[in-house]
Amino acid sequence: MALVATGSLAVVALSRGETISALWILVAAVCSFLVAYRFYARFIARKVMRLDAGRATPAVYRADGLDYVATDKRVLFGHHFAAIAGAGPLVGPVLAVQMGYLPGTLWIIVGVVLAGAVQDFMVLFISMRREGRSLGELVRMEMGQAAGVIALFGAFLIMIIILAVLALIVVKALAASPWGLFTVAATVPLALAMGGYTRWIRPGRIGEVSVLGLIGLIAALVCGQWVAQSPFWGPLFTLTPIQLCWILIGYGAVASVLPVWLLLAPRDYLSTFLKIGAIAALAVGIVIMAPALRMPSVTAFAADGGPVWAGSLFPFLFITIACGAVSGFHALIASGTTPKLIATEADAPMIGYGAMLMEAFVAIMALIGASILDPGIYFAMNSPAAVIGTEPHQVAQAVTAMGYPLSADTLVQTARDLGEHTVISRAGGAPTLAVAMAEIFSHVVGGPAMKAFWYHFAILFEALFILTAVDAGTRAGRFMLQDLIAIAAPRFGKNEGVVPGLVATGLCVAAWGFFLHQGVSDPLGGVNTLWPVFGIANQMLAAIALMLGTVVLFRMKRDRYVWVTALPAAWLLLCTGTAGWLKLFAADPKVGFLAHAARFEAAADRGQVLAPAKSLSEMRQVILNDRIDAALVAVFLAVVLALLAFSLRSVLAARRSAVPTACEVIGETVAAA
Amino acid sequence: MSDPLATLRKALHLMVGMPDYADYVRHMQAHHPDRPVMDRRAFFRDRQQARYGGRNGGRCC
Repeated sequence: MALVATGSLAVVALSRGETISALWILVAAVCSFLVAYRFYARFIARKVMRLDAGRATPAVYRADGLDYVATDKRVLFGHHFAAIAGAGPLVGPVLAVQMGYLPGTLWIIVGVVLAGAVQDFMVLFISMRREGRSLGELVRMEMGQAAGVIALFGAFLIMIIILAVLALIVVKALAASPWGLFTVAATVPLALAMGGYTRWIRPGRIGEVSVLGLIGLIAALVCGQWVAQSPFWGPLFTLTPIQLCWILIGYGAVASVLPVWLLLAPRDYLSTFLKIGAIAALAVGIVIMAPALRMPSVTAFAADGGPVWAGSLFPFLFITIACGAVSGFHALIASGTTPKLIATEADAPMIGYGAMLMEAFVAIMALIGASILDPGIYFAMNSPAAVIGTEPHQVAQAVTAMGYPLSADTLVQTARDLGEHTVISRAGGAPTLAVAMAEIFSHVVGGPAMKAFWYHFAILFEALFILTAVDAGTRAGRFMLQDLIAIAAPRFGKNEGVVPGLVATGLCVAAWGFFLHQGVSDPLGGVNTLWPVFGIANQMLAAIALMLGTVVLFRMKRDRYVWVTALPAAWLLLCTGTAGWLKLFAADPKVGFLAHAARFEAAADRGQVLAPAKSLSEMRQVILNDRIDAALVAVFLAVVLALLAFSLRSVLAARRSAVPTACEVIGETVAAA
Repeated sequence: MSDPLATLRKALHLMVGMPDYADYVRHMQAHHPDRPVMDRRAFFRDRQQARYGGRNGGRCC
């Protein structure tokens, strides 16, 4: 197995000047993952954590049949994977392909094996030994009260940025796309009907209502084509990004205060099952089609960045692909419901380490998807209008000048095949991936005639689970915010109060709405600006989780093995620290927020309007946005440095102690009575 | 649990946060025979609220 992995990787790495099949990447990834699971995960379980299959887990000693249930490991694997896999692993790799497929592939494989899966596994282990507590509480237990509050604050900010970025991706995918917008809009009444069905007609019949919902979705997809072509309805569903932005903000505000059974729960059923189904179908499709990679292994943009995002390979590749290689957000999931459901410690490697490998596999598929497209189309779709223009011949010329020959006819024909008005500057990853999925699915089922259907199916699948995440995330963010405010004003923390809940929800929506609006009105496309901020935030949370792991290992007196978490933590600190520093202080206005603001301010003082702004007031908006983004990055840096200091303090204290100081909870089995 | 279809059904349900009702009833009968047991509808509503209405709403990016 190790030989196959090395051999495939060698083929991927060494093939120059000829196209190779995507299957090589898939085989290399899968074999590497199996080897890592067989050896590294087992090493961590046996030597580093010393898992004990005989030790009672929270699901055993606190069993209540509801939150704490000892669960079959295959069932729990599905639960955990469905909770961690979202839009992140689909978007980052698509953006990273601007550097060619090789850098991204290597980072996903190495990153997940040594950092991402280790982080998930470690947090699951720590939480599992502490009654399934949440990340904030774990940090507090092991590093002190102040560290816990800072971690909670960091997690809240990350939540806001994630929501803004996800919503931005939806806006980019649905703007000027009546077919897409109609099908996504149709999911709202569909979900309401499903909610009523599970509430009153057949309570609890999730399977039944999901099948009915799926039929409704397909009907909406079919009708969507008709709507898009209708001279009356078509224009009604053709909206600008700004209009969509306000609709989304309004939707987020309303949806997150509705009762959960009405809209959120039924849409979650649809999006979860569709997500799992689409991921499985994509895997099968890639294996059947065995497409050739058309993107070069390394492009000219690998050195200093390109039109899709700015910045050099180090550190920016490592924050562009966050989810899929290492995702800090998983620390919240691995300390959420999963540790309360795990039946025995022996299941932890498969759930903690294994599910993350599965997510990396999804990321690899997204990377393959972006790499099998015509590179010219890829750059036309992902470059901002400010760089390549908006007219097909202009765009074709600009992209050809980058070194990727593209004709205006190809651009127009591609859009027509997909049933869209245009594919130009559809940044955000989701539309690019949808084109790739349409390519793969139509190869297997339906041929070219079905391309438009599959494209909109893919858009629907991505938009659906992003909207569910926006809704659920706003609710989660509201509770985080209430907890934080309650530290200063305890009365605010009361869950039952209507007013604090509404205020916290409003603040949450306003916060992500602000960044969404900024991203949508940003002439550079927004994804350009917001995705790096999101990547930095997410990787910093991962660094925090790995620092927690390091502290716990020191406190358990396993000093010999701390490198397992300390090395990836150091690497992430290095990447995010450098990236954060460059985003703040780089002299290149394309990379540094402050340099960009200074350039615009100097021009504004001269009364000059710089493109892409169109007026002096827009200039001032650009400057303000830059400064807010810079402040945000500075706050992230401060949070992570503070936690680094707390970690070092805890580590030194643990080193001085002669006995283990980790605060593990040993459960007394109620069931034994 | 040996029946693969039953396992699949449970896995799909738990993916959307719905634990098994029969397991719940079995737990209540074994450990708390004195306490009232929720019926299927109440159990469904309770779990829905627990998944979405509370602090476990976090899903990944």
